Amino acid sequence: MKSKVLIARRKAGNAIFVGFCWITAAIALAALAAILFSLFKDGIGALNLQTFTMDTPAAGSPGGLRNAIVGSIMMCALAMVIAVVIGVLAGTWLAEYAGDAVYGKVVRFVNDVLLSAPSILIGLAIYQLLVAPFHGFSGLAGSVALALLATPVVTRTTEDVLKLQPSALREAGVALGSPLASTIRRILWRSANTGILTGGLLAFARISGETAPLLFTALNNQFFSLNMTKPTANLPSVIFQGGLSAFDDLRNLAWAGALIIAVAVLGVNIIARTLARENRQS
Amino acid sequence: MTLTIDRTEAAPKTAVKGKPRGGALDPFFEGLCFASATLLLAAMAWVLVSLFIGGWPAFHKFGVNFLFIRSWNPVTEVYGAAGPIVGTLITAFLSLAIALPIAFGIAVFLVEFCPPVLRRPIGTAVELLAGIPSIVYGMWGLFVLAPWFALHIQLPLLTLAKPGSLLEKLTSGIPNGANILTASIILAIMVLPFMAAVLRDLMLTVPAQVRESAYGLGSSTMEVITKVSLPYIKRSAVGAVMLGLGRALGETMAVTFIIGNSHAFPKNLFDSGSTIASTIANEFNEATTEMHTSALIALGLVLFLITFAVLALARTLLGRQKVV
Repeated sequence: MKSKVLIARRKAGNAIFVGFCWITAAIALAALAAILFSLFKDGIGALNLQTFTMDTPAAGSPGGLRNAIVGSIMMCALAMVIAVVIGVLAGTWLAEYAGDAVYGKVVRFVNDVLLSAPSILIGLAIYQLLVAPFHGFSGLAGSVALALLATPVVTRTTEDVLKLQPSALREAGVALGSPLASTIRRILWRSANTGILTGGLLAFARISGETAPLLFTALNNQFFSLNMTKPTANLPSVIFQGGLSAFDDLRNLAWAGALIIAVAVLGVNIIARTLARENRQS
Repeated sequence: MTLTIDRTEAAPKTAVKGKPRGGALDPFFEGLCFASATLLLAAMAWVLVSLFIGGWPAFHKFGVNFLFIRSWNPVTEVYGAAGPIVGTLITAFLSLAIALPIAFGIAVFLVEFCPPVLRRPIGTAVELLAGIPSIVYGMWGLFVLAPWFALHIQLPLLTLAKPGSLLEKLTSGIPNGANILTASIILAIMVLPFMAAVLRDLMLTVPAQVRESAYGLGSSTMEVITKVSLPYIKRSAVGAVMLGLGRALGETMAVTFIIGNSHAFPKNLFDSGSTIASTIANEFNEATTEMHTSALIALGLVLFLITFAVLALARTLLGRQKVV
């Protein structure tokens, strides 16, 4: 008798648990689908040819996002160059040279913290390094801030993929009489290149939508400009200002910008994932 | 025919010197790698030092009281961090309270119940959503969630509440949907995919034999999850949750869009408020006096110290579990 009650109770408990999991999964997927739905609905409605051929307008006049798109691409490209150089070298040091040294552990730990540090604080720090002393906002400062956000991602993935390379590769290189530096550059980097590329793409996806650090570094620019020593237009800032403005046309522009960024980020993420999967299979 | 090797000529060139050709580059390359690694350390140090230097005038003027003063007034030049700090902590913990059970539910769903056909697509979708920039979530919160919340939850509650009742105290606030609760909901939606993905990965690390033995002993799914899987991943799971908390604490744009940006000490969840990050984002470029700028940077230092503690703990608990 008693055991039957127990079994019934366990069954009921389990049913509630299973139901809870199904419901939460449904709620979460519904919320996320709702976000994507309104993003695409309002974003596509606001997109047209002008979006890509005209610069950001004053309220009430027609305009597009050309200057912001170009500015964002310039800043992200420069940031990625910095981040890949420093990140790959730092990751290589952690994987190949650091060994069990305490210093290596410290760097690894700091890198992990930087990986998820609030981006707005990175913006403040770069403001004090590159904006305040020179009395002016600049696209360069924005790039450095973005680079500081991207580098830890590249470092971490580089270290991880290098550690996955079989030590036979290192030994073979050294046994052939090649110096360690050449072994790393010619053999290890080459065999790990897909993994490193994946890390770079993930880092790019992360910084391309970052807004907070750009507010105090690159600021924004109403006009088309290729000069990165001056304030530089960028998509996130345009979205931020447009979204908070009271004018419908600026808000529409913000939706169009949000859609462009979201699609770009999703696209890069998907490419990175496909690369990583192919790499794993081969 | 025998092949004779002339050792006298070929051998000395490489063997005697003991170092391979191009070996001179070795220390240079190692130095370059070492310098890059050190640069990361220097960057972290600079973040801390610059925030400390920039915030010093404010700390010097207000002392420890900076943390407890409840007013933030650029006109009278009195700055206290109590409002933003409380706002930051409330939104972060509230969003965690909302997101954690749901993320846990999704993770269990994906590992245990999901039809195999859907497992990959849903799993990938969750991971991809973790990568969407926060400003997109912010836009959605401002234009979709806030008006809906104001119309369908805040207004009915306001009309329902009798003057002077507890309900009135709990729900007073401008019914425009820009308040601490909606900000927490947006934050929860933002950290949700991230936490779900990490929890799922952790649950997949539980060895199949262990779980199957538990099933074999007659355990129900709930018992396997709560008594076998969860204890197995306990430590890393706490780390993953802390990492989510770290994100929620430092999140800027999504919150700035929707929290209402009032510096008054929040009275209830339906009241507009501010977080440290949203205050900095809103005011930094408009700060005209040195003290205002300094107070904002001092706020940044407070945020840095809070998140650093949380992230350090998270990383220690996670060990080398792969989380990017």
